[in-house]
Amino acid sequence: MDEHESDRLCFIGGALSPSQPASCYRTLDSTGACIEDAEVPHDIDENMALRIYETMVKLQTMDVIFYEAQRQGRFSFFMTSNGEEATIIGSAAALSDEDHIFSQYREHGALLYRGFSFLDMAHQCFGNMRGHGKGRQMPIHYGSKVHNFQTVSAPLATQLPHAVGAAYALKLQGQKAVTAVYFGEGAASEGDFHAALNFAATLSAPVLFICRNNGWAISTPATEQYKGDGIVGRGPSYGIPSVRVDGGDVRAVYNATAEARRTALEHTCPVLIEAMSYRSGHHSTSDDSSRYRTAEEMGVWRARDPATRFHNFIVGRGWWDADRERQLRVDSRKQVVDALTEAQKGAKPPLSELFTDVYADMPWHLREQAAEAHAHAERHPDSLHGISLK
Amino acid sequence: MQALLRLGLARSLTCRKVDGFALQYARSFASGEQTITIRDALNSALDEEMSRDNDVFILGEEVGEYQGAYKITRGLLQKYGAERVRDTPITEAGFTGIATGAAMAGLKPVCEFMTFNFAMQAIDQIINSAAKTLYMSAGTIPVPIVFRGPNGAAAGVAAQHSQCFAAWYSHVPGLKVLAPYDAEDSRGLLKAAIRDPDPVVFLENEILYGESFPVTDEIMSKDFVSPIGKCKVMREGTDVTLVAFGKLVGYNLKVAEELEKEGISCEVINLRTLKPIDRDTIVASVRKTHRLVSTEEGWPQCGIGAEIMAIATEECFDDLDAAPERVTGAEVPMPYAANLEAAALPQIADIIKVVKRVVGK
Repeated sequence: MDEHESDRLCFIGGALSPSQPASCYRTLDSTGACIEDAEVPHDIDENMALRIYETMVKLQTMDVIFYEAQRQGRFSFFMTSNGEEATIIGSAAALSDEDHIFSQYREHGALLYRGFSFLDMAHQCFGNMRGHGKGRQMPIHYGSKVHNFQTVSAPLATQLPHAVGAAYALKLQGQKAVTAVYFGEGAASEGDFHAALNFAATLSAPVLFICRNNGWAISTPATEQYKGDGIVGRGPSYGIPSVRVDGGDVRAVYNATAEARRTALEHTCPVLIEAMSYRSGHHSTSDDSSRYRTAEEMGVWRARDPATRFHNFIVGRGWWDADRERQLRVDSRKQVVDALTEAQKGAKPPLSELFTDVYADMPWHLREQAAEAHAHAERHPDSLHGISLK
Repeated sequence: MQALLRLGLARSLTCRKVDGFALQYARSFASGEQTITIRDALNSALDEEMSRDNDVFILGEEVGEYQGAYKITRGLLQKYGAERVRDTPITEAGFTGIATGAAMAGLKPVCEFMTFNFAMQAIDQIINSAAKTLYMSAGTIPVPIVFRGPNGAAAGVAAQHSQCFAAWYSHVPGLKVLAPYDAEDSRGLLKAAIRDPDPVVFLENEILYGESFPVTDEIMSKDFVSPIGKCKVMREGTDVTLVAFGKLVGYNLKVAEELEKEGISCEVINLRTLKPIDRDTIVASVRKTHRLVSTEEGWPQCGIGAEIMAIATEECFDDLDAAPERVTGAEVPMPYAANLEAAALPQIADIIKVVKRVVGK
């Protein structure tokens, strides 16, 4: 018998041979203090630390005020990132601007990090002509070509094969860039997840799969989503280097992502990251999470706010103080409120934009439908309800 | 899929040994007439477009080493390498999503489905992602991609391998849908589809792959493309307009030949593009002949024929001398037994009968 043969009848995995779960990489403890001897191959300097922290605070500020704006009925839908700020912004910080991001829907922090403004976001949420989108996508389904941020694809996990295809394209074009694709642990139950991992491995596509394991898929807890070792446990069986990381530790997420990126480019391969975090907010403005989880659980996690943890780290380094904190919060709040005020007055897309961009060149049947709509609107201006013609 | 592969090949493919890639596709005969099979027409179109544009690449199951389940990609792996002729794992939703993402990032994928029956597992990616991304991204992210493969009834492969999806895809804004009939269509439309900036669903027919059609030097030119969005009048006539796409264009040509002997003059229209459909050519023909029959192998409800009927009645109501009629496949899943299979599909005799009824003979 060679080393791959055995005279023992032995099943692997599952209840018959429980294996140890993958460990969870962290560099900061829950108070933000450095863990001694933690492996930190990519240390974060002051400039980057402050950019990360400021983006975390901006994201939190925006989430609070935009959420309230939705509750006031100013736009139809919103989702917050509470509890996952470190996962989103720590990973985004480790990417290059040339890397393409495919988001699920809760990763606008990455777009914020790349310079998409509050006003851009407000215009999108109000469905305005200005900003990205011409009012086409529902709120928070952002996208920005100049920021290499793909417009959100709402059917869960469809963005994963897209990211693999885009990574394959980057490889064929000879670019030194990766794609990074975000998804939740719930989305990882979709067939597209499995297809994407298998294709990424077999096509040798430089893609970073970044799973935000926030514990809840709307009301379904992760314990009902899978039986194996979370999401990270699946990577090796697809032949993909994989790591589990503390998603509340910005420095750990940054390091894991930076190493994953280096690996993906050096070996032209995919890498899987499972960031363990908690969705402190509701799934979206369409649900009330207190109906399916306990106040105690939510309280415990809220106390582990990732921004506070990183705040303690940068204060400890002498890079931050109470005055700067106060100023940042005041400025961010004003910027968000101003953005919403301005966007609320923003022009909506005109009737003519209803028919554009279906095809690169408008075919006859859409030209005809557009002309009919236009003629009708001119005959019956009341039917326009404030929509401009052009 | 493997079952189909064996059945499909056994029934419709005569495997020829190809020596190297320098294959002279068109065969010349003593008469000077050149012919080419649909398989070679499609293969040469792919070859020319890959040679013309490095961004074009092919992916799908068995497209590389095996040269395509129906040998449409024959020789391309050897010529363009495994990165541009990519065999994929067996996950339709996977490679359709990969193709869509690659198109978003600037490539021009040709995504082969072993048959369009299996594309059902990927239809979310085709409709929700490929067809809608240009619109959702406010015109900033085009998805130039060709989804191609055999569509419609094959022979002896029953319900899950014999179905026409023309109406499904024609329903969707953002998609263009093409269905070639002859070698000219296969070359001209496939080349046009690959060059087109929008996602194109390209519906071939397995039964036609091995059939030869005449071609000209112009059709065989590497610069030859056919216009998307235009029908082709295959045969002019005065008594009745026969409209079809794909294989049934051939049936209608035979019907026209047959009925000419009885003094009935049929105008035969090859739709070529199902979306955006060429309404003007259909309307002009019906206004001339005053009678209309549409034929298709697909199911009647909301089918392509239903759209043709709507065009005729909306645009030509006062021009019609008889109620227009549809000849379609029976509205049942395709049975396997050869006798029932034949009964479920329109036959030339069925079309002749309906055309005679419409012209009142």
